[in-house]
Amino acid sequence: MIEVRDVYFTYPSGVEALKGVSLTIKDGEFVSIMGENGAGKTTLVKHFNGLLKPTKGTVLVNGIDTKKVSVATLARKVGFVFQNPDHQLFSETVEDEVAFALRNFGFSEDVIKRRVEWALNLLGLSQYRKTSPFMLSGGERKRVALASVLAWDPEILILDEPTIGQDYLQKETLRQFIMQLREQGKTIIIVTHDVEFVAECNPRVILMRDGRIIADGEAKKVLTDSETLSKASIIPPQITQVFFQLPELNVNSGIIDIYEARSVLIKVLRKGIKN
Amino acid sequence: MPIIETKNLTYTYPSATKPSIKNVTIKIEKGEFVLVTGPSGCGKTTLCRCFNGLIPHFYQGKLEGEITVAGLRVPDHPTYELAKHVGMVFQNPENQLFALSVEKDVAFGLENLGIPREEIRKRVDWALKLTGIYHLKERAPHELSGGQQQRVAIASVIAMQPEVIVLDEPTSFLDPLGAQKIFEVIYELNRQLGLTVVLVEHRLDLTAKYANHLIVMNNGEVVLDGDPRKILEYEEPQLMGVGIPKVTRLYKLLKADGIKLGSLLPLSPKELADEIRSVLKRDD
Repeated sequence: MIEVRDVYFTYPSGVEALKGVSLTIKDGEFVSIMGENGAGKTTLVKHFNGLLKPTKGTVLVNGIDTKKVSVATLARKVGFVFQNPDHQLFSETVEDEVAFALRNFGFSEDVIKRRVEWALNLLGLSQYRKTSPFMLSGGERKRVALASVLAWDPEILILDEPTIGQDYLQKETLRQFIMQLREQGKTIIIVTHDVEFVAECNPRVILMRDGRIIADGEAKKVLTDSETLSKASIIPPQITQVFFQLPELNVNSGIIDIYEARSVLIKVLRKGIKN
Repeated sequence: MPIIETKNLTYTYPSATKPSIKNVTIKIEKGEFVLVTGPSGCGKTTLCRCFNGLIPHFYQGKLEGEITVAGLRVPDHPTYELAKHVGMVFQNPENQLFALSVEKDVAFGLENLGIPREEIRKRVDWALKLTGIYHLKERAPHELSGGQQQRVAIASVIAMQPEVIVLDEPTSFLDPLGAQKIFEVIYELNRQLGLTVVLVEHRLDLTAKYANHLIVMNNGEVVLDGDPRKILEYEEPQLMGVGIPKVTRLYKLLKADGIKLGSLLPLSPKELADEIRSVLKRDD
């Protein structure tokens, strides 16, 4: 469980990035943090693994105050995949990259081999085992970064902009993959701008603006509230926009899912035909 | 004559074992808005690097086949010469900006071409106004938001008055409203100036509505090339990993269910809403 209590954070440059944020993320929850560039999303999640410590307020991870422990201690529980994989990758081969943290955590070579194998397979990277991460495309490098964190099996997984540079199939794989991790009871936190991806995943959505939380609730509710969304520089999902364009249908606008939209529209249109 | 034309273009990076693009034959006409898409690693970025000569001049490697841009055979002309005709905008504007003020950044390329001061001033102001950042001209680029920085990068390219602008996923780091503003700026440049746009994007939901030419790549080859509304009607793009806009998918689902929507494949929420409305009206 992550508990954030009235957290303020000011960067050394003087920029106040968090201005009184409070929230609780329970074990096994799937949360998407959204908002405009500079809203404080990444700053907030960097508090979850202790990379940043609050200037004021408290962050508790499984009851432990992040101010009192090192990042290394928290890392075993909280895996963080950065937005830009180049901030994370440094090994000569993909295989070494994925094995690196496992070696640091002191796993036996046997376990390491198995875990690396598993993570590479899962993310479709087996053919690049001996390749340098820097020879890969941006999207592939992102998957290497993800594999290297998944390999040590953290309880809480934070993904900063996981869909950037990923194509449709890869996003679908990522989505299924997140669902699978959820079934294993993992807590998943994603920071993203990708409205369509969030609409498909249907997580709890937290909207941020200017260092504060301005909305927190089900994706269906938050992503269809156009007024609040526009304050956070987010555009509603395409499906929701179709209903916004058709107020005469008098359909309750809380629709983000393509299949729900299909059945609602079929009802409306078939009724129209009979009349 | 097409502004960009390739014939059997094949390219292999140095030390790579197989080519990244294979037998690419395409024609891009002046004034088109071209969207280049395809699954990760399909070669779309590599193809665009050929358009301004980064390939072969900077990346080296082995280039076979033919490529002509603005009437120039790319292998025969250095990148600084090609840069007058083809401007490039990358994913991350931070890699492109370096000056102490927005104005200086936009002027930099022009100063390098040895253009007279008065002309430079005129062109910089013009480019800043077109991209909607004139009010930021005294600001330091690194203090701006990602969206504003990307507009500075576009202004720097526009100021050179190229015939083609190539943008490689220019908005992936931006929030959706910031991204939409960038696409609208590009679309206006295309419409008002007749600037040829080549946009590399995964996210067709945000961009398909602007394009009049779609190129889909897979495994280094061009597999579909033509009118976006025709191409997206096929099932192949989705199977290959191309993200079809949600509204286009919804339209196909409704049609498959026997709803008699119009024959124009919708690429935006408004287009689908209009078609649904016309079904309702027809039944009244």
